[in-house]
Amino acid sequence: MSIKDKKYEARIQKHFGKYPDKRSAVMALLYIAQEEYGWVSPEAIQEVADLCEMDPTQVKSIAGFYTMYSEKPKGKYWLQVCTDLPCALKGADEFHKELKAYLGVEEGGTTDDGLFTVEHVMCLAACDKAPMLQCNFHYMENLDMEKMKAFVEEKRAELEQQTSKK
Amino acid sequence: MSLYNDLRTSAELQREQEDGHRHCLRICRAAGCLSQHNDSITRALQDQVHGQGLENEVQVKGVGCMGLCAAGPLVSVSTHEGESVLYQHVSEADAPEIVAALDSEPVTRLQLDTSTPFFTRQYKIVLENSGIIDPDNIEEYVAADGYRALNTVLSEMTPADVIREVTISGLRGRGGGGYSTGLKWSTVAKAAGDLKYVICNADEGDPGAFMDRSVLESDPHRVLEGMAIAGYAIGAQKGFIYIRAEYPLAVERLKTAIRAAEKKNLLGDNILDTEFDFDIEIRLGAGAFVCGEETALMASIEGKRGQPRPRPPYPADYGLWGKPTLVNNVETYANITPIIRNGGEWFADIGTDNSKGTKVFALAGQIRNTGLIEVPMGITLREIIYDIGGGTPQGTALKAIQSGGPSGGCIPVEHIDSPVDYESLTRLGSFMGSGGMIVIDETADMVEIAKYFMEFCMTESCGKCIPCRVGTAHMYRLLDKIVRGQAAQSDLDLLEELCDLTRNTSLCGLGQASPNAVISTLRYFRHEYTARLIPEFAEEGER
Repeated sequence: MSIKDKKYEARIQKHFGKYPDKRSAVMALLYIAQEEYGWVSPEAIQEVADLCEMDPTQVKSIAGFYTMYSEKPKGKYWLQVCTDLPCALKGADEFHKELKAYLGVEEGGTTDDGLFTVEHVMCLAACDKAPMLQCNFHYMENLDMEKMKAFVEEKRAELEQQTSKK
Repeated sequence: MSLYNDLRTSAELQREQEDGHRHCLRICRAAGCLSQHNDSITRALQDQVHGQGLENEVQVKGVGCMGLCAAGPLVSVSTHEGESVLYQHVSEADAPEIVAALDSEPVTRLQLDTSTPFFTRQYKIVLENSGIIDPDNIEEYVAADGYRALNTVLSEMTPADVIREVTISGLRGRGGGGYSTGLKWSTVAKAAGDLKYVICNADEGDPGAFMDRSVLESDPHRVLEGMAIAGYAIGAQKGFIYIRAEYPLAVERLKTAIRAAEKKNLLGDNILDTEFDFDIEIRLGAGAFVCGEETALMASIEGKRGQPRPRPPYPADYGLWGKPTLVNNVETYANITPIIRNGGEWFADIGTDNSKGTKVFALAGQIRNTGLIEVPMGITLREIIYDIGGGTPQGTALKAIQSGGPSGGCIPVEHIDSPVDYESLTRLGSFMGSGGMIVIDETADMVEIAKYFMEFCMTESCGKCIPCRVGTAHMYRLLDKIVRGQAAQSDLDLLEELCDLTRNTSLCGLGQASPNAVISTLRYFRHEYTARLIPEFAEEGER
């Protein structure tokens, strides 16, 4: 595992080509690292620092500043529930609480089977479709617990099938 | 300028072929409707058309946002003669009926009445192509007069002419500030240096705002064209679109649009066979609201933490990598093409004395017609909420309208007849902002609402300056204490003092505006705060 692998080279070079200095590509490279490792692990930070010719501490400070870089491993499905005011007016807070209770996790926590991570997120600009969430960058809208339970059970069944095959 | 004419001819040819179809079925493919399985509806309609051998008579295509998201999924059916019918809440199962009804009476069960004010009271400039053209197809944009303005600018106008036209139009920044666009452009144009940048701020993050997302998803070329014209006017060769990573669909559409424009020589080197070079790069944000502030945005592009810095120096003098930089919002760029096409005077005739043109608003919260609207400046809040928005969904009484996101404020129902323009909203203690409008009904608790916004500001504070970082956290704690009924008058006094302090001493606009939700709710709904305070004697007794 490394973003210095050949398969990322062209993409990384393309990002470097956009800017007058290497540092400016650091956010794009952090996304690539997150894609490779699933989170911005210490190895990922080091590799990005090497490539961007930066100090690892500087890279770490950037990863920590922006919320879309995950500083710990996440579940296979990263559920980010929007709980801002327009969504809250349509019951998003309640929905968020019930979802965590159903999965048995705290805010930002991951289920024991490694499938789901739940956290709240700032406005996703789908206020008209609340309650809504983003699951690995895909929007799921007009939700209620019934729909979520069906989704969760479907994914659990998939996992079970995969493990029983192995 | 033969190149543009060639482009235009081939686009027209394509349109003629389409006109050969007797009917066109348009399916809304903006994110709001897409999530409701519109792709399967598209397939079902295509299957029906193919099944009945109607391929040459009926065209099925995906288009951008049609506005009335509350009624989605939406499908519009238009005939050759231009008559059209709009269907709402369409499902796969409705496909046979819709196709069967093409040559007879429309399916009344699904039909949406388009003679209502939601449709008739709008004035579409920015959204003129939304819901009409396929955003992934550059020919459709060109056939709809797209890139004609760029062609005119490059072949017939000097940069000074372009800036003059934009200045005459009276266009003001649509991202919130409301600064004169013409003035901003001329300042950057005058700045010394050969290397300059154009930035499109697509870091839309206000709760309740989804206009920019929709414009980018529905008509991306309009924004690219506006940026290229800006580049020509100020003397820049490179543009960046800073967009939220949370908008994957908009990012995809932009990528497709940039590739198509490069292929047609509408971006890149020697655009339309002229001396003008202009490239556009997409830059993804990573979930920091503060990056919507222009100096923070530039820091973020430079690969730093997105934290604002004091101004001056302004980006016009010292911007991206220290070079003169123009930063405008998505909707501002989207207005440029029509201004060039129709002239600044035309635009200046729309709206009010100080707020020209139209504004796109996102309607959210307790309102029947949630979705996107575009209205002339100067329209009253009443027209927006009741005529266009259809009022509250359960017929509950309206209490307030929150505009301008976390930097804005709550306007109480007694001011419902106020016009919507930059100055009027500011006078009422709110703010035009980027265009989110959250409708609040009688069931809402205004202290809770202020607390929601304060939580947002606290979470999103970048932490660079103390008044904002510490002030928002303290204000949040005090609001929470009031909501829990554990606060005394002294807490409320302290809250007001902190509002003042944070407003006057924060580094950037976002910090300075962070107490606005509290200030405006205190101004109009103070009793909701005071009713919860514990009486002074009880406080004494506890000691």
